[in-house]
Amino acid sequence: MEKFTVLEAIAAPLLRINIDTDVIIPSREMKRVSKEGLSDGMFANWRYKEPGGREENPEFVLNQEPYRRAQILLSGDNFGCGSSREHAVWALAEWGIRAIVTPGFGNIFYGNCVRNGILPVVLDNEIVEHLARQVEADPAGNKIKIDLTKCTVTAPDGQSYAFEIAPADREMLLEGLDAIAVTMRRDDEILAFQARDRLKRPWIYI
Amino acid sequence: MPYTVIEKIWDEHQIADLGDGTCLIYIDRVFLHERTGSVALKGLEATGRAVRNPEQAFCTMDHIVDTFPGRTDETRMPGGTAFIQTTREAALKAGINLFDLGDPRQGIAHVISPEQGIALPGVTLVCPDSHTGTLGGLGALAWGIGSTEAEHALATKTLVVKKPRTMRVTFEGSLPQGVTAKDMILKLIGEHTASGGIGYAIEFAGQAVRDLEVEARLTLCNMTIEFGAWSGLVAPDDKTIEYVKGRPFAPSEDQWDAAVKYWRTLVTDEGATFDKEITIDCADIVPQISWGTSPMHETGIDQRVPDPASEPNEARRAAMEKALEYMDLEPGARLEGIPIDAAFIGSCTNSRISDLRAAAAILKGRKVASGVKAICVPGSGLVKAAAEAEGIDKIFTDAGFEWRESGCSMCFYAGGESFGLEERVVSSTNRNFENRQGPRTRTHLASPTTVAASAIKGHLTDVRNLD
Repeated sequence: MEKFTVLEAIAAPLLRINIDTDVIIPSREMKRVSKEGLSDGMFANWRYKEPGGREENPEFVLNQEPYRRAQILLSGDNFGCGSSREHAVWALAEWGIRAIVTPGFGNIFYGNCVRNGILPVVLDNEIVEHLARQVEADPAGNKIKIDLTKCTVTAPDGQSYAFEIAPADREMLLEGLDAIAVTMRRDDEILAFQARDRLKRPWIYI
Repeated sequence: MPYTVIEKIWDEHQIADLGDGTCLIYIDRVFLHERTGSVALKGLEATGRAVRNPEQAFCTMDHIVDTFPGRTDETRMPGGTAFIQTTREAALKAGINLFDLGDPRQGIAHVISPEQGIALPGVTLVCPDSHTGTLGGLGALAWGIGSTEAEHALATKTLVVKKPRTMRVTFEGSLPQGVTAKDMILKLIGEHTASGGIGYAIEFAGQAVRDLEVEARLTLCNMTIEFGAWSGLVAPDDKTIEYVKGRPFAPSEDQWDAAVKYWRTLVTDEGATFDKEITIDCADIVPQISWGTSPMHETGIDQRVPDPASEPNEARRAAMEKALEYMDLEPGARLEGIPIDAAFIGSCTNSRISDLRAAAAILKGRKVASGVKAICVPGSGLVKAAAEAEGIDKIFTDAGFEWRESGCSMCFYAGGESFGLEERVVSSTNRNFENRQGPRTRTHLASPTTVAASAIKGHLTDVRNLD
């Protein structure tokens, strides 16, 4: 997994609330049993003019310069709600998104981000809107800086905002860790728990 | 010290406290399906990792399978056959329990999991599917995860989880006539928004919840994800224990008494506190219907389409305007009477035998309005067989409904089948997102009885007013 430490990048404002994972990657665009090849279908129903087509809708923010090169998404509340499909995160990551800043995430989507090198940042709605306004004034010049070592987001005007992230999630992103390998360090503990549990709740062990 | 039922189940499964509220949690059951489980199984294979305790892992084919009679591995979804076949090969290789096409037990994961006794009171159960919280209806702590987390659960029998805050949602009083569990959960989401439950595990409580049969409790818990919640459950009681008894993967006779003894402890202690409490008076609930593109865009069937101008919150107002444009609805229009093109009964929300019985009671002796395409997809092969044994299939087909093989079907576009561009569908499913049921398809969420009544009338209908 790609590490995340510090990112200074173009940010694209997409301030709708409740952007669901069906929007981020429509089911029809999940064509192969693979984590790859999904970015082409990302936001397909908003990004392209016709269902199933590939003619770009010029009004969609990620089809516009310089947002085509955005690595940060600014979004409305409850981003990534809905279906658990990790394909939404794989599509965003493949397209080039490294961080998403929103007042709130769908729970499963948040976990999927952390496991795929995308930093999920929760900030108050007013701050997200403030960031979006600055970005819109000069999208190419007004970059946003996100520092995971300090847990801060710095706006183009130099103002910094602290954000919170669970230590385990932060470590996984900073180090690009494999979560299974980390857990397997505790395998003795897991097996001991299972041995005790088997006596306590034998009906679980079919 | 008094504990909530959520804390009791959590503590029973906690292997280690990793600090700052994050815990290593033991996972009793993993359920997979061909859409997202296939990637998880392949991912494990690629890293050379094995499934730990494969006998405690399960897999079905539901998401993209065809639901027409006489189906094969072929599906209308581009590339869909590969998902089915890859999943089958990987599941057999891993040695997990597979409910394959052609198996009479095959069906929607969250329908067959209770049916087979896989989900039980007090277990932790995860599935790479957002509606896994359904199993909370049995008193299980169940939640949806991504494919990468599913790999973690399969390989280690654990997940690293941040301890959720707790919320109790109490439904007071008893349900008025014509009102169902589906209306209860829609009402909650409509009043408290699609993000109102973020970060919470919910216990549903109150007289109206106790009065619900187990299948209706599964419906109630099914849409906790639409409320934004991490999970939701109903504490097990006599009804739950009665429901579980004798199911294939339920505790055997020699373990039954010990299991029941433990399940009896799974109640919230007097004096235990929740981080948040919501109370809803059931007397205020009427049959619900959604009008927009988020499950929070819903109201009573006797109401009118709301006016965005009356919404003070700017972001919500903008979302409402977009939603009405997508749905082609005018503010102030009466919801009852809006003409429909199609009706759908199915999905992990409302496709169990009790749902089909309730819809059949409405449909019996009546006909679907001309021009309305109506489809019923039973939630599992066993639900379908039970319905056929009771003659319910005949009631549906006589009324003009298509009667299908089980699967997720047109709850979403994953089967590659849709009602069509700009078609208006009244649906017993869980999501009215843009394009969810197909490109530009317009979805109105409702209970199976509201769907049946609307199919007969040819327009959105208050089931209480049906002659």
